[in-house]
Amino acid sequence: MNIQQDLQQRLEKKPILLMTHLVLGYPSLEVNREVIRQMAENGVDCIEIQIPFSEPMADGPVILKANQDALAAGIRVEDSFAFAKEIVEDFPQVHFFFMTYYNIVFRYGLNTFIDRAADIGMKGFIIPDLPPEEGQDYLCLAREKDMAAIMFFTPTSTDERMAEVAGQGSGFVYCVARKGVTGKQTAMDDGLSQYLLRCRRATNLPLAVGFGISSREDVALLEGKADMAVIGTATIKLVDKEGPEAVGPFIRSLIGG
Amino acid sequence: MNKGYFGQWGGAFIPEVLHQTFADLEKAYKAIREDPAFWQEYVDLMGNYSCRPTPLTFAENLSNHLGGARIYIKREDLNHTGAHKANNVMGQGLLVRRMGKKRVIAETGAGQHGVATATMAARFGFDCTIYMGEVDVARQRPNVFWMEKLGATVVPVKDGSRTLKDAINEAFRDWVTNMDNTHYVFGTACGPTPFPEMVSWFQSIVGIEANKQIQEQHGNVPDRVYACVGGGSNAMGIFKGFLEYEAVELVGVEAGGKGLETGEHAARMVGDTASPGVAQGYKTMFLQDDDGQMLETHSIAAGLDYVGVSPILADLGDKGRVRFEAATDEEVLDALTLTMRTEGIIPALESSHAFVQAIKEAPSMSRNQAIIINMSGRGDKDIFTIAHAFDDPSWKEFIIERAEEYKQKSFLT
Repeated sequence: MNIQQDLQQRLEKKPILLMTHLVLGYPSLEVNREVIRQMAENGVDCIEIQIPFSEPMADGPVILKANQDALAAGIRVEDSFAFAKEIVEDFPQVHFFFMTYYNIVFRYGLNTFIDRAADIGMKGFIIPDLPPEEGQDYLCLAREKDMAAIMFFTPTSTDERMAEVAGQGSGFVYCVARKGVTGKQTAMDDGLSQYLLRCRRATNLPLAVGFGISSREDVALLEGKADMAVIGTATIKLVDKEGPEAVGPFIRSLIGG
Repeated sequence: MNKGYFGQWGGAFIPEVLHQTFADLEKAYKAIREDPAFWQEYVDLMGNYSCRPTPLTFAENLSNHLGGARIYIKREDLNHTGAHKANNVMGQGLLVRRMGKKRVIAETGAGQHGVATATMAARFGFDCTIYMGEVDVARQRPNVFWMEKLGATVVPVKDGSRTLKDAINEAFRDWVTNMDNTHYVFGTACGPTPFPEMVSWFQSIVGIEANKQIQEQHGNVPDRVYACVGGGSNAMGIFKGFLEYEAVELVGVEAGGKGLETGEHAARMVGDTASPGVAQGYKTMFLQDDDGQMLETHSIAAGLDYVGVSPILADLGDKGRVRFEAATDEEVLDALTLTMRTEGIIPALESSHAFVQAIKEAPSMSRNQAIIINMSGRGDKDIFTIAHAFDDPSWKEFIIERAEEYKQKSFLT
């Protein structure tokens, strides 16, 4: 069963799925491990684990700082792979995706990066600065290894562009709810509803919607309009403020459990 | 092959949210390229507003002093705002007006591009925000002063190494939020396509003029052309005037900083520190570690202190069409001193890198050979930076006295 099918099957049992995000090495791999445990044990479906990059162009201040602090603490790409291997084994109920910028993949070697990720049981990749025009080799290799290449829809995407992009991706589509960088709040208004309708019409892939979700109300508003709510910056802020043990209750509150 | 590639370099590695913005920009750029009236409008504007064509000065004293090739200096220092930066910026200003956008943003390192953009925004009536690394804000206060006086908002960037590359990232973050009414005036021949080509095209006004001028004065094209290379826009500008002349050797001079062996430099094409990478929206040679994390760079000249290099220059380097050299901070100050003393001309620290290499090579050339140095900017307006670089005692005394005076006054008020 591929990721798309698995997500669709999970959706038969609950109104919406959850995907969370964290930056590897921020504040430390030990804390990452505990945060992931809290997420996994409280019903998170997918987790994007971000391999830090010195130039995270699409990220807002919170994730940007997390990238920098993780690098300053000395995390290397090799550490990220070793860590990913462990957590994939420990939490088989969760799908893990590598999120990173293309230079990390490029320097590692596209082939080697995809092979190793597949070998350790990662399910796919989210690379915000690799549009399909530049990523043909990547898309091909990911397909060969049955890894999901997650594509993006944005409010600036035309219907034609959405169809074009979705046709090249797999797994699910990451729908950016608003213009701008990660971590800013967006109101669920008519504009967003219309946009999600356009997204839905453009593809059969499940729709993940991110950027700025932080409460049960936000998640509830997405039910029926999207398939997976993405929580990024909110958990990083929470861990900063209250520590990793606050993550479990937060996740439960999001799904209304 | 994808569009926007020069050999293996370039491309457009941009977040999906900017796809439409770049599609629109490509279209607008294509339209002005195909409209001969646009280039004429640009040349007229630069003639009326920005002292173009800038002179090509025969540096007779320096030539005699070195005793070799005849040295000509292309005087971009006399361009409005004191550097070649105004060429690109005014060109993009005309483009922005055609696109109907009302706000411009830009990154700046040394502050030259920021001042040029603020100037253009004032002239065209655009809102203007400039992103500048906190480190650069501190070392280039006079340029910040002018940007603010010209009506721009200067945002100090506190992330990463707090220099040019971080200012670029921050400008992109603004752009992905405000692309509907905002144009990003990229300052150099780097970034995602079409910026490398478009910026080089606007800067080619330098090379077109220089070609005509050297033929008038020397009766022939030059033997060599020297330009400093940070991002590479002044080099691309002058090189474009001579690319088709195989006999003209093109020399790009990078920031050797404290010496290539120290690691404190910004040499991408010279030495073996840099490697292929993808960042800031394009593929080129970057100063990065094995994992692909960008390294800190160093140069006495803030305008050369950058991790990447124009994909067009990287390709011309691969093809052997441009030879790359590096000049150290120390050599730069010597070349600056010699040029001031012999010619009464004050090159910017950036431009002085080109002078270093020309001064090294001219003596071994013959008197009937000619070289052009692209003097990309003037040094006198960077008096704080240059006086600091020379560690000038009387200047320091002046600053201390002035600071005391301000302190006394602020106690009184």
